[in-house]
This record gives sequence, structure tokens and C-alpha cells, in this order.
Amino acid sequence: MEIFQFDFMIRAFLAGAAVAVVAPLVGSFLVLRRYSMMADTLAHTALAGVAAGVLFGVSPLAGALAVSAAAALGMERLRSGEKIFGESVLVIFLSGSLALAAVLVSLARGFNIGFYNFLFGSIATVTPAYLYAIVFCTLAAIALITVFYKELFLISFDEELARANGLRIGALNTLLILLTALVVSLAMQVVGALLVGALMVIPFITAIQFKRGFRGTIFLAIVISLVSVFIGLFLAYYLNLSTGGAIVLVALAFFIASLFV
Amino acid sequence: MQSNTKNIIELKDVSFRYNGGAVLEHVSFSVSKGEYMGIIGPNGGGKTTLLKIILGLLRPADGEVSVSLEKNEIGYVPQRASSYHLRFPATVEEIVRSGRTARLGLLGRFGKKDAEAVDKALETTGISSLRQRLIGNLSGGEVQKVFLARAFAGEPKMLILDEPEVGIDIAGQEEFYTFLDKLNQESGLTIIFVSHDIELISHSVRSVLCLNRRLLCHGSPREFIKEEYIDQLYGKKVKFIFHEHKE
Repeated sequence: MEIFQFDFMIRAFLAGAAVAVVAPLVGSFLVLRRYSMMADTLAHTALAGVAAGVLFGVSPLAGALAVSAAAALGMERLRSGEKIFGESVLVIFLSGSLALAAVLVSLARGFNIGFYNFLFGSIATVTPAYLYAIVFCTLAAIALITVFYKELFLISFDEELARANGLRIGALNTLLILLTALVVSLAMQVVGALLVGALMVIPFITAIQFKRGFRGTIFLAIVISLVSVFIGLFLAYYLNLSTGGAIVLVALAFFIASLFV
Repeated sequence: MQSNTKNIIELKDVSFRYNGGAVLEHVSFSVSKGEYMGIIGPNGGGKTTLLKIILGLLRPADGEVSVSLEKNEIGYVPQRASSYHLRFPATVEEIVRSGRTARLGLLGRFGKKDAEAVDKALETTGISSLRQRLIGNLSGGEVQKVFLARAFAGEPKMLILDEPEVGIDIAGQEEFYTFLDKLNQESGLTIIFVSHDIELISHSVRSVLCLNRRLLCHGSPREFIKEEYIDQLYGKKVKFIFHEHKE
């Protein structure tokens, strides 16, 4: 196939596959913990990190990781303090980080094409170094979810019982949102910061419609996510479309179809 | 939690306030091993708060709480379990298995012993046939049994239930309490539960605790489930309507 004659497309498919596995894996716990908007909020904070990276000449990925991880910890601290409503914390960080990104971009003398790619995703930006980083981080995220699977299941299903059992809820929540920060930072180059949240949430809520057990639903979500990413990448390449837009629209089509199952 | 060889639970002069208002005032009592105790009282009387203090979910404003069991030795069935999580994508087996989480510790993996404990819990509660069903597809009574099975899967030394009869019809309630009674008698499991059904409690438990912010009575149901005490507990005249129970 013509599409696989180019190294950058092979890298895009491999990076896409890694994102397709890790996004719904972490996203499933976000959905069940009613943290769905967390992914979108952290993606916006990652965007501010990218803008800071562009402005100060450091790796945009490193900037995205640092800022989104710091924002994740800040959000969890504010939420657990119970002084502010949970959703309000998300709005403060979402709008605040977007404002910061806009100011940093304007300081960097305008909107460049690289920044646009982080907004909506671009298959051409997947470098070998980025591919290694995303594969390594995906494996690390899978390992952490596997180790803490039973605890994450219990706090998602019944937080009160988990507390009564002596589980460290705060530490597990922090782990989950740090993993989210990691996923959005890595996935934004493939699907874009504005659309990464969709890939974390839509495949899982699509899989729920098929009424399987917890493991089965997560497995199905990963399959739906992989198929969405692959079809989206094909469409983006042959029809010259936005990568993230194409992937998320395919995932949405699966979701709509699942409602008729 | 501090240890106490005589009693499993001991509360001394415990008070709890929420937003400045008193929820519990100077409550003292103890629970010995193998006790089967029902807690009754009006809404807002502090029953659930008391259970949460025993479980370590809430800290009392004043007083001392001593529980001589580890957290993973206490099985807990929360209030209105049957109306929660109905769209959660999980099978009965997955939920019951989660009752082993605390026992396994942070890095522990589910193994053969856990599978056996889950099988036994499903069998004991009579829901083995529901093993692969989704929680959202069960009736209120079935869901309540799933939560009870989850508590059993942890092989508890004490079981705490908050209004376990919610969502179960009258026939199911009797069956449920008969089952708890059998468990208490045969295995010596310590059971504490909160209920609104005073009459049902009078036929089930070995001791009753009447709570309306303050402890109004603690002892045998024969001694305290009488109109004079109930009127005092609920603050108004309570009409008893008796229904027949199977012996």
C-alpha cells in the first residue's frame, strides 16, 4: 500500500496505535469517576506547556508534560480542599491555561504551523524520538494500571467502601490524573489537544453500550479506539484531512452506531 | 485502631457535629464478639453517622472510639446500595471479587484462594447463577445480595449494614434477615445493622440500640421495643402495625 511506503506514516500508525490503547485504558476510569472533563482540561493545560516550550526553545512535549502534570496536582489539591465545586476547578484551569497559551503564542510573535499541529494533530510531526517516548510511556501507563487495577476498580465502583477498607483514595486519584496528564501530553501530537479528551472518553462510552463486564468493556473500548485511529489515519492521508478531526469523527460514528445495538 | 480484648467496639462519650449542628451527643456503648445488633431511630438521628465513625470514615468531634479489628476484617454494605452504580459496566463476579481488594494489599494479585472465597460468597448468598450477569440488570433484592456477597468475599469478622432492606420487598426482607440470623448463629459473625423496620428488628436481633442524637436505649429488643420507648425515640406517638413472621 502506498501509505506505508513513507516512514513518517509507519511512525504515525505506531504512535496512533499506542495512543489508541492507552487513551481509553486511562479514560475508562475517568468516565467512571465522573472525571470525563479532566482529560479536556489537562489537554488545554498541555497546550500552554507547548506554547511555553515554543517560546523558550525547549521541547514542546517536555513543556506539555511539565505543565499538565503541575496542573493535575494543582487541580486535585483544589478539588480535595472542597472549597470550590469540582467542575469550577476544571473551568478555572481550562480557561486559564488557554488564556496563558494565547498570551505565550502572541509573545512568540504569532500563531505558527507547529502550534496549529498541536491543536488538531498532525501525522507528519511524529518523529522517531517522539515515537520512542510514546511507546515507552504507554508501556509504563499500562504497567501502572495493571498494578493498581483492583484498587482503581474499587474506588471507581464504590469510593465509600474503598475508604472504609483503608485504601489511599487521594494517592490513587493523584495517580489517575497524573496518568491522564501523561496521556494527553503524548496523544496531542496525533489527535490534537482539542480532541484528545474525545479519544479517552468516546470509545469507552461506546463500549458500555455493548453491556459487557468491566474487563470486557475496557478491551472493547481499546478495539474501538484502535479501529477509529487506523480508519482516521487512512482518511486523513488520502483525503488530506485533519488527523485528530478524522479520528474523532470515526469514533463518534461508532458511538452513534452503538446506540442502535 | 486500638485493640481491646473484651469488646470488638467500644465508644466512650462520642459526639459528632456537622456544620455546627449536633448529630451525635455523648454516645457510649460497646459491642462484643458475636453480637447481633440492630440500630433504630428517626431520620437524622445519627445512625449512619455512627456506623461511619465505627468504620473510620468520620472522626468524632469528641470522645473515644476503639475498634479491635483491622479495616480489612470489617465487611460493609453501604446505605441504598441497590440504587447505586446501575450503569456501571461490571459483572456480579467482578464486584464480589472487589471485596478481596483490601485483604490482598497493594501489590497482591487475585489468585486461587481469592477465586475460592468469591465462589463461597456467591454460594452463601445464593447468587452463583448470577455470576456473569451485569449489576445493572438485577433486581433491588439481587443487588443487595451482591453487596452482601462482596462483604463476605473479604472473609470479615464483623459485618456492618446500613439499611440493607432498602429495595427489597417484604418477603425478601424476611428471607434476608433470616439469612443474617443464621449466619450469626452458625458462624458467630458479629453483625450490626441500621434499619427503619422496628417490628422486623424485634424478631431478628439479639440487642437493639435506640438512637436519636443521644443513646436512648441499648439492650434486648424484648425490653426496649415497646410503645413507650418508641414514642420517646421518635418524639411522637407511633402506631404499631404488626405483620406475621415465619418462625
